[in-house]
Amino acid sequence: MGHASNSSEEAKAKGSVGKGLARVDGAAKVRGTARYVDDLKFPGMHHGLTKRSEVPHGILRGIHKREGFDWSQVVVVTAEDIPGRNTILLIEEDQPALVAIGAHVRHVDEAIALIAAPTRALAREAHGFLDLEIEEIPAVFDCEEALSAEVNVYGDDNILKTYLIEKGDADIEEKLASCDHVVEGLYRTQAQEQMYIEPQGMIASWGEDGVCHIIGSMQCPFYIQKAMRALLALDDDNLVVEQAVTGGGFGGKEEYPSMIAGHAALLARKAGVPVKLIYERDEDIAATTKRHPSVVRHRLGFDADGTIRAIDVDVIFDGGAYLTLTQVVLSRGVLHAAGPYKCENTRVRGRAVATNTPPHGAFRGFGAPQTTFAYERQTQKAAALLGMSPFEFREHNMLRDGDRTATSQLLEGSVGSEDVLRAVKEVAEANPLPKDDPATSIRHGRGVAFYFHGAGFTGSGEARLAGRATVALAEDGHFEVRSSSTDIGQGVQTMFTQIAATGLGVEPDAVRVPTPATDRVPDSGPTVASRTCMVVGRVVGQASVALKNRIESWASENGFGDMPLRQAATAMAKVEGEISETVQYAPPPGIVWDDETYTGSAYPCYGWAACVIDVRVDTDTYEVAIDRCVHAVDVGKAINPVVVKGQIEGGTLQSLGWALWEDVIYKNGKVANDRMTNCIVPTFSDAPEMHTIIVEEPFANGPYGAKGVGEIPMDGPCAAAAGAVEHALSTLVSSEGFDALPVSPEAIQRAMRLDS
Amino acid sequence: MSEFLSPKDLPAALAARAAHPDYIPVAGGTDYMVASKDRLPPPGIINLFGLGALTGVTDLDGGGVRIGACTTYATLLGDARIANTFPLLRDACREVGASQIQARGTLGGNIATSSPVGDSLPPLLALDAVICVASSAGERRVAYEDFLVGYRKIDLAADELIVAIELPAPHVGAMQHWRKVGTRRAQSISKVMMAAVAHLDDGRIADIRIALGAVADRTVRARATEDALRGSAPSEEAAKRAREALRGEITPIDDLRSTAEYRLGVAENLVRRFVLSL
Ligand SMILES: Cc1cc2nc3c(=O)[nH]c(=O)nc-3n(C[C@H](O)[C@H](O)[C@H](O)COP(=O)(O)OP(=O)(O)OC[C@H]3O[C@@H](n4cnc5c(N)ncnc54)[C@H](O)[C@@H]3O)c2cc1C
Repeated sequence: MGHASNSSEEAKAKGSVGKGLARVDGAAKVRGTARYVDDLKFPGMHHGLTKRSEVPHGILRGIHKREGFDWSQVVVVTAEDIPGRNTILLIEEDQPALVAIGAHVRHVDEAIALIAAPTRALAREAHGFLDLEIEEIPAVFDCEEALSAEVNVYGDDNILKTYLIEKGDADIEEKLASCDHVVEGLYRTQAQEQMYIEPQGMIASWGEDGVCHIIGSMQCPFYIQKAMRALLALDDDNLVVEQAVTGGGFGGKEEYPSMIAGHAALLARKAGVPVKLIYERDEDIAATTKRHPSVVRHRLGFDADGTIRAIDVDVIFDGGAYLTLTQVVLSRGVLHAAGPYKCENTRVRGRAVATNTPPHGAFRGFGAPQTTFAYERQTQKAAALLGMSPFEFREHNMLRDGDRTATSQLLEGSVGSEDVLRAVKEVAEANPLPKDDPATSIRHGRGVAFYFHGAGFTGSGEARLAGRATVALAEDGHFEVRSSSTDIGQGVQTMFTQIAATGLGVEPDAVRVPTPATDRVPDSGPTVASRTCMVVGRVVGQASVALKNRIESWASENGFGDMPLRQAATAMAKVEGEISETVQYAPPPGIVWDDETYTGSAYPCYGWAACVIDVRVDTDTYEVAIDRCVHAVDVGKAINPVVVKGQIEGGTLQSLGWALWEDVIYKNGKVANDRMTNCIVPTFSDAPEMHTIIVEEPFANGPYGAKGVGEIPMDGPCAAAAGAVEHALSTLVSSEGFDALPVSPEAIQRAMRLDS
Repeated sequence: MSEFLSPKDLPAALAARAAHPDYIPVAGGTDYMVASKDRLPPPGIINLFGLGALTGVTDLDGGGVRIGACTTYATLLGDARIANTFPLLRDACREVGASQIQARGTLGGNIATSSPVGDSLPPLLALDAVICVASSAGERRVAYEDFLVGYRKIDLAADELIVAIELPAPHVGAMQHWRKVGTRRAQSISKVMMAAVAHLDDGRIADIRIALGAVADRTVRARATEDALRGSAPSEEAAKRAREALRGEITPIDDLRSTAEYRLGVAENLVRRFVLSL
């Protein structure tokens, strides 16, 4: 073999599935040449600004342009300017794009009017001269209070959605009463800000041909397209939604971008020029969606030998003022609420409640972190009560291959539960906690968590989505992967590159994964739910192989049998025109889900994970430092182990941040800490050294065995961290002190004070 | 647009200051930049960054140092005299923002902003700093405690600039201790800070100076606490008296970053720990 083919073989090997290919989007981002939406300029472009409500609940009586400003310089858009339906369409039509006069304002920072001006400064000036007249009415901010329905935010009872999961014939109360022990706990978690590094923004422009073009920071181009159809009364031929390079999403750019896209499009339509609408950081923190605050009551019944016999969970999520994605978030919350444990008798009730706070929405983990926190706090307490090791109690009860979940789903294959727990246990046992020195202020503690996360859409969701992806030979001779999956920093472009290169048998630089635009890519479904690799990656792989086979058979039929694939493809395209293969996702057979009874296969498969966290608590300052963080995650197959580790470690830090430091403080329904200086998220300096173990129990229906990894690392570390603090202070404080997040220094001090 | 003046030396800077009392002097700009987001641009800016006469550390007779107002945290961190003689200040500089801010932010800027959460301020107070202020009319020297006149208020006239900070040599064998308790490990605004300097004589606390940050409208000396400790052996007993005295002299507040209860409790604990460490 010659030198050239050797290096091409090397390049192929480097880019193949399972290798840590360098991020294909990395160089442009590091060099600053990647173009985010705020880097884009269009001729004649104006700048948009949003006029928002300052009251949490009221009736809009008027929008007044005050004198003293030359209003001819700017364009003002109100609900009257909407050509279609005044709604941000996703699930229901309850949320308006702009509150109309006479209609209800339901939260602070709700959009009421829009301004576009040639400069931002002028738009800001106009903003100061625009007055809103709102008749204020009583508001409700607490989701438990909202249940009493004295203040009406949604429907006639403020309940956005309820679910009930029941397993076993026995009455749950009787079953609990018959257990040797019942541990009962009340758990609260707070809102969490995604804090993507790039604030949200969009640019909209209307062509002479009547086509509306929207480009911006987003996760789900086709969600925006759907919302724009309704708002702008357009059909798909008159609408193009394109992703710009996006600086992080974490779920925060799943539903809200439709709002900003709609606003930019309305302004551009009226102004007759392109309009850029970019949120400032404070505006972004104040107005966009956050993780749902939760209240979870959990009763865990078990016998003296540690066997779990009954589980009863009551989940309440604060949905905020509109439904957005709340019902889906709650669904995932309740589906994970019983945990990865065997139990014949289970009841999970879930309610999502509307309040007068800005809507809560998608955030990595999507409801599961809230309920995982509750059940893993419970597991820790149960093990402690029995004097069992935290590993032993979990091993005794864990779901294994062949077991059934709370929805009676039979687990068949790809169950890494034993492996992940064993992996962290080995590291933990080899590294015992240091002994406390009573002369110092430092106390050491260890916490454990074990959990699972359903990958992909719930139940028959993937069948309904019917995600498609295309692999084609582009005009310039590159193989192009076309899908609506967005790279939001999580490595989609790199992962698709590897899957396609491997499927086609070419070097990774022969493959290109452009940012999607709705007129150029098929709908692969949204970039959410840890589904992109498992579902869209699978069809990308299948399309790649199909394309390769087609090219090879064409080549051999036409006497080019020895030609490298790319050359053969180019030759073939000359004859046949663009060659491409599109594949639609086929869910694994045997997925049966009943949406009425909430029974059956909730998810195509699950990721499994365990972590051990060692902390040091300083009893002088109540600060918590993380000394060790061991995290094992069963991902099926790591298409790119470096990217997978990045996902696990980033998700871990996000979970630890939520557990120990992060809080969104609302005052009268308004986010009070709307800056990075007071809306605290951890920095690199706060990140512990992470010991990350990738476990691979292949999923037969995923590409090369891969299943979801994006969200699972967010679910469990919070519970392990709270457990570790509890353990460190176990002689000083009772465990209830750690049942509400965040376990901040102030909260630890309060707990120590109450108990002393 | 603001006029941007870049005077080439101190007299020129002072002349510019006298001529344009409404212009804003800017050193590293790290505070100015943040504050400018929500306000109209000033008519002019007087750039002080890099001005030779205001930059660097020089020795004083008797072992002290004079630090130019526009000296950055990074420069202080690289200075052996600061490390050897004033580890308290070095430790505080290390925890300001993160490396970018340390490269640009200056000691004079921290003093002029005079935020109750300014990190270099408690060390300067505990080290008995003297602030050197100048105008075209001449220089004056003010004890740092007197220079702090209120919430974000300092004893500086509109035609004056801070030119230097002088630190006298600490007592031989004095212990210096710094503790910043912030919202996180970097890019963190302090919730409580304690800078303490003390030396023992014959097993008793001969002198002690405790300065606290983020517990009052300005950086404060805990005088009553110091009095409660002076002359005592550093025991649990003495620490208890100190805590009581401290509770009587500071009344911190609740805000977005923390609670009054936390600030007071942690300040007490830090004082106790320092006493026990002597
Ligand atoms: C991300 C970030 C993190 C930060 N972290 C910290 C932190 O951890 N701890 C902390 O204490 N601070 C922190 N700061 C605040 C800031 O960096 C410091 O206060 C710094 O010392 C200010 O110095 P400067 O030279 O940049 O001041 P500038 O912004 O240049 O000036 C600040 C003020 O002082 C005045 N001024 C400056 N020099 C003089 C002078 N010689 N005479 C008279 N007036 C003068 C200016 O007019 C202005 O009003 C942070 C800031 C940022 C942006």
